[in-house]
Amino acid sequence: MEITPLGDSALLVRVCDRLDDDPALALDRVLEALRKLEAANLPGTIELTSAYTTIAVFFDPVRVLEAGAPANAVHEWLGDRIRAAVTDNIDPAVAATEPRLVHIPVCYGGKHGPDLDDVARHTGLSPEEVARRHSAGEYRVHCIGFSPGFPYLGGLPPELAMPRRATPRKSVPAGSIGIGGAQTGIYPLPSPGGWHLIGRTPARLFSQDADPPSLLRAGDRVCFLAITSEQFETWTE
Amino acid sequence: MSVTVIQPGILVTIQDLGRPGFRQSGVSPGGAVDAHALRIANMITGNEDSAAGLEITLGKLRLRFSDERCVAWCGGGASDVKIGELMLPAGRACFVAAGEELQFMRARSGCRAWLAISGGVDVPPRLGSRATDLRGGFGGLEGRALRANDRLPLGKHSLRTQKLLESLRNTHVAEWGALPEWAAPLQTPRELVLRIVRGADWTRFSSAAIADFLSQPFKISPDSDRMGARLDGPALQRSDEGTDLISEAVAPGTVQVPPGGQPILLLADCQTIGGYPKLAHVITVDLPLAAQLGPGDHVHFREVPMAEAHHLLLQREQNVARFRIGLSLHA
Repeated sequence: MEITPLGDSALLVRVCDRLDDDPALALDRVLEALRKLEAANLPGTIELTSAYTTIAVFFDPVRVLEAGAPANAVHEWLGDRIRAAVTDNIDPAVAATEPRLVHIPVCYGGKHGPDLDDVARHTGLSPEEVARRHSAGEYRVHCIGFSPGFPYLGGLPPELAMPRRATPRKSVPAGSIGIGGAQTGIYPLPSPGGWHLIGRTPARLFSQDADPPSLLRAGDRVCFLAITSEQFETWTE
Repeated sequence: MSVTVIQPGILVTIQDLGRPGFRQSGVSPGGAVDAHALRIANMITGNEDSAAGLEITLGKLRLRFSDERCVAWCGGGASDVKIGELMLPAGRACFVAAGEELQFMRARSGCRAWLAISGGVDVPPRLGSRATDLRGGFGGLEGRALRANDRLPLGKHSLRTQKLLESLRNTHVAEWGALPEWAAPLQTPRELVLRIVRGADWTRFSSAAIADFLSQPFKISPDSDRMGARLDGPALQRSDEGTDLISEAVAPGTVQVPPGGQPILLLADCQTIGGYPKLAHVITVDLPLAAQLGPGDHVHFREVPMAEAHHLLLQREQNVARFRIGLSLHA
């Protein structure tokens, strides 16, 4: 496990070296390390955030110094504590819980998925078959980022992978489901975006009034549920 | 109990010290690009450090006050600030009477300034903060920049502000104030140098790229914003195969380098995770200077050891603690 500085007020903990070998295993290891670090309540820590293979520990160096770190070795001192917390045996209280399964309704194609036909052409499948395969799979949320509530989902059937659009769209409607490379994701808010849009969900992925504000969390299992455009219009949560 | 926007400026937003704690939901902490400047301005007016104020980009703001308030501003980008006909220097407390107007003139140097108003801008907090998240479209006033005729509610005065208002009622501008480098980081004209520590991907860059990064000037591009300052200069080439990296956390101060080789210095509203290599990170005590980089400005980078970054931050925070004690003696 490598720990490197992310500036003077954060450390990046590399839990796994690689993602390709087994992305789901990498995710589980990152989530386990995250739970341990949360439970360890390290001095001066402001927040923790996970990505595919890493956890960032944001802290206030002044508070770490006040907690007893030597002035010339703040990172080393905190790094030792991070390492100890992560390599500690699992405390049953922080042991893995079964990941949640979240169903996301999606209306594929038409005005809600303007790039579905392009994806069909690129993959040699019919638009209906692209939608069927996309909604048949089970995905996992590797991390939330890019924009508030945006889930990076792993588990896209490899035949649906597609290079990003040459020119990103200036504005993508909220709820749009996109394919970018070997990933699929959901735009929670209207934003620019370079992924191919194959459908749209009426579900609200981000709410500033909820805690946590993001509907999805790292580790969640996600299934897409195909709905008609009529169901999209009348959808209530 | 409010302040009305007469002229909205180029980009004025309500900001506080940000909303840490929601990165795991993809929410950037945001807040004032120079949180230190806003904090100092708040301290001067008798506010809590975390009170919401205004971030003014490149000046041109006019406000009218409905009742008497104490105000202070720090930063740059507004060399001339007037209350009525009275000039208000940076880093000083000033009395504003009911019905008076405050005006930020055109910026002469620097890019951003922060205005603290006693009582604070009292919009409802979202996710624990009043900061405007422009990309998320929430926080501040309807998640957007200020417009003409907006009316901003103001909070109640602290006990210290009440005493301060009495002592400034006749003199108007306080004789005491913040350290010059806190009040206006660009006060003494000089070449802007930002100190950096190495990023995780430092060794992915060629030695020529590192030499260029540490010796050549970089010019701030016009498409810079609160998310990041885009830097034009020598293209910084990688020495590895340039393979795609796995996305991981980034933070304000991170200098990341997209494939074109033109670096981006991330600021308060940056994404929470990113996939570009992280060449370096500007140290926390130099973020106030980074916040002053406007289109066309030039910047140099200089490497310092990590221990120096921490030492400088500790020193600054000790000085802030002393300043806080000093302020309590004035009111």
